Amino acid sequence: MLEIKNLHVKLEEEEKEILKGVDLTVEAGKVHAIMGPNGSGKSTLSYVLSGRDGYEVTDGAATLDGEDLLEMEPEERAAAGIFLAFQYPVEIPGVGNMTFLRTAVNAQRKARGQEELSAADFLKLVREKAKSLKIDADMLKRPVNVGFSGGEKKRNEILQMAMLEPKMCILDETDSGLDVDAMKLVSEGVNALRDAGRGFLVITHYQRLLDHIKPDVVHIMADGRIVKSGGPELALEVENNGYADILAEVN
Amino acid sequence: MALPQAKQTATEERLATLSLPDAGCTRKAREAAIARVREMGLPGRRDEYWKYTRPDTLVSVEAPHAALFDGEEPDIFHDFDRLQIVFIDGVFSPEQSDDLTLEGVSIDRLEDICCKDIHWAKDLYGVLETRGQVPVQRPLAALNTAFASDGVAIRVTGKPSKPINLVYRHASEDSDAILHHIVRVESDAEVTILENGPAASRFNKCMEIDIADNGTLHHIRAQGRDHQRRAATHMFTRLGKESVYKSFTLTVNGVLTRNEQVVELTGDDAVAHVAGACVGDGDFHHDDTVFVTHDAVNCESRQVFKKVLRNGATGVFQGKILVKEGAQKTDGYQISQSLLLDDDSQFLAKPELEIYADDVACSHGSTSGAIDETALFYLRSRGVPVADATDMLTLAFLAEAVDEIENEALSEVIVERLQGWLSRRR
Ligand SMILES: Nc1ncnc2c1ncn2[C@@H]1O[C@H](COP(=O)(O)OP(=O)(O)OP(=O)(O)O)[C@@H](O)[C@H]1O
Ligand SMILES: [Mg+2]
Repeated sequence: MLEIKNLHVKLEEEEKEILKGVDLTVEAGKVHAIMGPNGSGKSTLSYVLSGRDGYEVTDGAATLDGEDLLEMEPEERAAAGIFLAFQYPVEIPGVGNMTFLRTAVNAQRKARGQEELSAADFLKLVREKAKSLKIDADMLKRPVNVGFSGGEKKRNEILQMAMLEPKMCILDETDSGLDVDAMKLVSEGVNALRDAGRGFLVITHYQRLLDHIKPDVVHIMADGRIVKSGGPELALEVENNGYADILAEVN
Repeated sequence: MALPQAKQTATEERLATLSLPDAGCTRKAREAAIARVREMGLPGRRDEYWKYTRPDTLVSVEAPHAALFDGEEPDIFHDFDRLQIVFIDGVFSPEQSDDLTLEGVSIDRLEDICCKDIHWAKDLYGVLETRGQVPVQRPLAALNTAFASDGVAIRVTGKPSKPINLVYRHASEDSDAILHHIVRVESDAEVTILENGPAASRFNKCMEIDIADNGTLHHIRAQGRDHQRRAATHMFTRLGKESVYKSFTLTVNGVLTRNEQVVELTGDDAVAHVAGACVGDGDFHHDDTVFVTHDAVNCESRQVFKKVLRNGATGVFQGKILVKEGAQKTDGYQISQSLLLDDDSQFLAKPELEIYADDVACSHGSTSGAIDETALFYLRSRGVPVADATDMLTLAFLAEAVDEIENEALSEVIVERLQGWLSRRR
């Protein structure tokens, strides 16, 4: 489904290479996890896949079901099925959360040639999904992420994901800032979306999340590359021993 | 002090083209106003208060030509049940206006007052304008008091069932209109006044508003639309005890607009909010000049002004909060912000606080910035196309000002107009 080949990325403004040849394939129905030291390029990868400005791809390719992602605008990638749950969700004063969700859902439906959801259908859907994430009506009414606690912001990301039903979900440290109960809620939200047609790329520092969302493959990213891939046991190894051994082994 | 020669000449030239209407009981006030104009002189380029806005075309002998808007667009408030008072190029139109009787309010044409010797409005005509000349001179308002050729006097004694809508139509490309309205809201009375329309090629409008104890006035204005029109407006508002004044102005288009709000809180526990949202394109120049005086205890004032500017448009904000000695427990807030959609547009702001009481909470802020790229990406990453996302963020920027309108249906039509403006400019 998602295929990344030899992806090299530098900052647009500076001569600084951040991704130095990333190779990664996520098959439909699978959950891949990426772990790696701070600053290794995990968020950068997620931004480049979703089309954020400020990065320049100098080599390599990234495709979703064979379609060249790198040629598309961010909104086209979203319509094609890419979703990024941000490490730092953005606050947007003056835009109501509900309006935002509805605009996003309908924009994607329109881009795919589907009819817009009626106000009533939308409301029903959003209430149902919000309830399972314990997001109350007040949070839906407030401006997007404004004044939300860290954990509320993360749950709001998962709500958006649940509403948009993307093909390829990228979660960037969605577990950070979550208390134990919220972690469970969020994981349940993610697991509810797992199906044969959908891929996940879960960026995390902690084994804990992976207890709830069982990955099929775990990758270790270091200095802009995937340096090691393995099964779920790789995450346990990191949890117990840190990165030193793995990095020593690959260098 | 003698005026500089050039200013005196310009003032006399302008005065020579104007004639005093048949003034009746307003005669004295008008003559005094002419004297004030002579003393102050009309605004000139070197005046400090006109530093950011060139007054030339507002004081010139002839009104600059202004093409009429060509296109069909219903009046912004056409869906509302309202009492319409229509002026065409500054002349009252009995045919287009509704019957002026409405329970809880009495409405008279200025002309009808002028032929009477006694009328309640006589004690107000020019009075608040005169008070508003200190400490800053507003000669265009004095000129208005002197020569206003039409207008209405609205006295609110109850709670009329519908808003009063002053509609200003523009029909002649060289019209030069001077209107003066008097509004008196009596104790415990409450009214909503709507204003809309381009009015004239050049429009000088003055509204004097006196709100008695416990009175409430909501004012919502939409300044349209004809691109080349010019306007200088003044609202002088005096508030009594526990009274409320909430004013919101939307400005789209117009080559030159200067809106002055002069607010005086004279009774304890009064509340005054003045807000404005404007969107401007190209040679659009918009100036909000606000002066709020706190002269009583425990009053609240808010100034919320937001401007969206593109293609070289200019926005100006001059806003002051003056807290007089003894005006303790004042709560004053002032914010002026611009969203610049490109590098050619500019925003000039002069926020001021002057405080002579010690127990007050006043804050002010002024910013100028571009669209937030991070927010834009966030919206786009959810599938919202870039043009829609930009419009959403633009409306979000204006929201704080629009939210000052309490009536939801009214704020919705304002948002619709803003959306229309944005979508026409994609
Ligand atoms: N816009 C930018 N300007 C300057 N440096 C940047 C920018 N974006 C990324 N970097 C740098 O690129 C490197 C990778 O950053 P990135 O955020 O992708 O790391 P990460 O693996 O997500 O780290 P963490 O685990 O701390 O979230 C870091 O050294 C970071 O400082
Ligand atoms: Mg990161």
